[in-house]
Amino acid sequence: MRNIVKKIFYRETNIALLFLAPSLVGFALFYLLPFVAGFYYSLMDSPIQGSFVGLANYRELLQSDSFRLAAQNTGLFTVMGVPLVMAISLALALMLNRALPLRNWLRATYVMPLVVPVASIVLVWQLLFDRSGAVNALWTLWGGESADWMNSPWARVVVLLVYLWKTIGYNMILFLAGLQNIPKDYYEAAALDGAGPFRQLWSITLVYLTPTTFFVAIMSIISSFKVFRETYLIAGDYPHESIYFLQHYMNNMFQALDYQKLTSASFLMAVAIILVVVILFRFERKFHGSVS
Amino acid sequence: MKESLKTGARFSVLLILALIMLFPLVFTVSNSFMTEAEIRFNYSMEKKDTGYVNLKWIPDWVSLEQYKVLLFDRMQFLIMFWNSLLLVVPIVVGQVVVATMASFGLSQFQFRGRETLFFLYIITMLMPFQVTLVPNYLAMDWLGLLDSRAAIILPGIFSAFGVFLLRQFMIGIPRSYVEAAKIDGAGYVTIFVHIIVPMSRPGIAALVILMFVDYWNMVEQPLIFLHDAFKQPLSIYLSRINEGELGLAFAAAVLYMLPMVFVFLYAENDLIEGIQLSGVKG
Repeated sequence: MRNIVKKIFYRETNIALLFLAPSLVGFALFYLLPFVAGFYYSLMDSPIQGSFVGLANYRELLQSDSFRLAAQNTGLFTVMGVPLVMAISLALALMLNRALPLRNWLRATYVMPLVVPVASIVLVWQLLFDRSGAVNALWTLWGGESADWMNSPWARVVVLLVYLWKTIGYNMILFLAGLQNIPKDYYEAAALDGAGPFRQLWSITLVYLTPTTFFVAIMSIISSFKVFRETYLIAGDYPHESIYFLQHYMNNMFQALDYQKLTSASFLMAVAIILVVVILFRFERKFHGSVS
Repeated sequence: MKESLKTGARFSVLLILALIMLFPLVFTVSNSFMTEAEIRFNYSMEKKDTGYVNLKWIPDWVSLEQYKVLLFDRMQFLIMFWNSLLLVVPIVVGQVVVATMASFGLSQFQFRGRETLFFLYIITMLMPFQVTLVPNYLAMDWLGLLDSRAAIILPGIFSAFGVFLLRQFMIGIPRSYVEAAKIDGAGYVTIFVHIIVPMSRPGIAALVILMFVDYWNMVEQPLIFLHDAFKQPLSIYLSRINEGELGLAFAAAVLYMLPMVFVFLYAENDLIEGIQLSGVKG
């Protein structure tokens, strides 16, 4: 009897599940079930004692101009911002991956934006980009016309800059580690075969960096959503239309108690995110699989 | 010769960029030593039509006035600082315990559905707060937790980020360590406490710092789940101080980031190593 109990207890799956249990319970209770419930509510006409209306909420949502604007802005920002931040971080990591004076200091400095409070970023942001801010002071000095940066299509660029500033350091650290893991003799062998620097970058560096790149992409997508926090603090519920993101939309629907639009919008956003992750996974498997 | 020129160019680019990275930090610290009057004079946004703000680096008079007002004249600041700690410390401690255990299960054992489970964690981690807002709100309402700290702490403890980061880290620990300990007769709890946790130290340190920073800065959760003004954390206070009390904003920001900077300086190497090791293996 004892032996059987022992056997069952020591089965790998069960042990793993025991260690996973606290996380799984909380995760299910606070994330998975709410998510499923959210989908259910998105098919009803009211969260309390509503009746089933099928996809009516989705139809209404897709016809709403403000939802379409928000979805477009969010998609555009992520699609443009993530590759850009990844390219810059990789370039920096390549530059930093050799002997340089102050190398460790530089590396630590790039990570510093992680600990700068959101509120001081917002404060400095305001002093720089307000209509009477420092950027305009410089800009007019050079003969430019004073602009209201945050209330023009330029707002998108400003948000992008803040996103880059916050994300580059973390990504660069990741790439740096990935670079240091590529054996030096691969490059030597390639050089002997007559491969130039670009060829080496393309067929050695990028290929062997695939797992890192995957990780960096995931982290960059998360931060591309998080830049909403700063945007919200600086420009409030209704910023300029070029930086009106899905999170703004959902926040406003919550304030307006329009739970139907909110739940269906969040479900659609979730589906989009899942699609992106599946595609990333496929890429990773394909490239990484071809190496190992 | 050509090589050193290249190095010089590379170094200059990196240095300029580093200075840009540091700009908000240095600027905030130096301005925290100005008097309220000086800050109002330089940065007041009411001058909209007459001129531009004048970014000042060095105070006319070095003064501790802002700090004195915040720390001694207003209880509000210290109360909110304390409120922030009451939210963030339980989240970070809870998350580290829960996520370390879960990552051990996800990285050192083989079982069916392991990859699918990990995929679920990744997906959830990517969802912005707003996506699960309504059901979460209803669940909290149902559990009677609205307007209590638990409504923020509990979802924080179980957020997926820790599992993701530490799983990435622990998958790099060779299974032979666990096998060897098993042959020596060690139970799984012993293996976990005496082998896995010490070996994951940089990963755990990175998680502590990243979680601490993220929740120390949270804005959306308290706005929605904590209506009681006396429970609001400092991040909310700071996001409003910019409007009315510009003269105190810099010192408030400095005091606010002190805990983060201390944690950062104390564990900088662990943080960098932890981030690095988590990103190497697929």
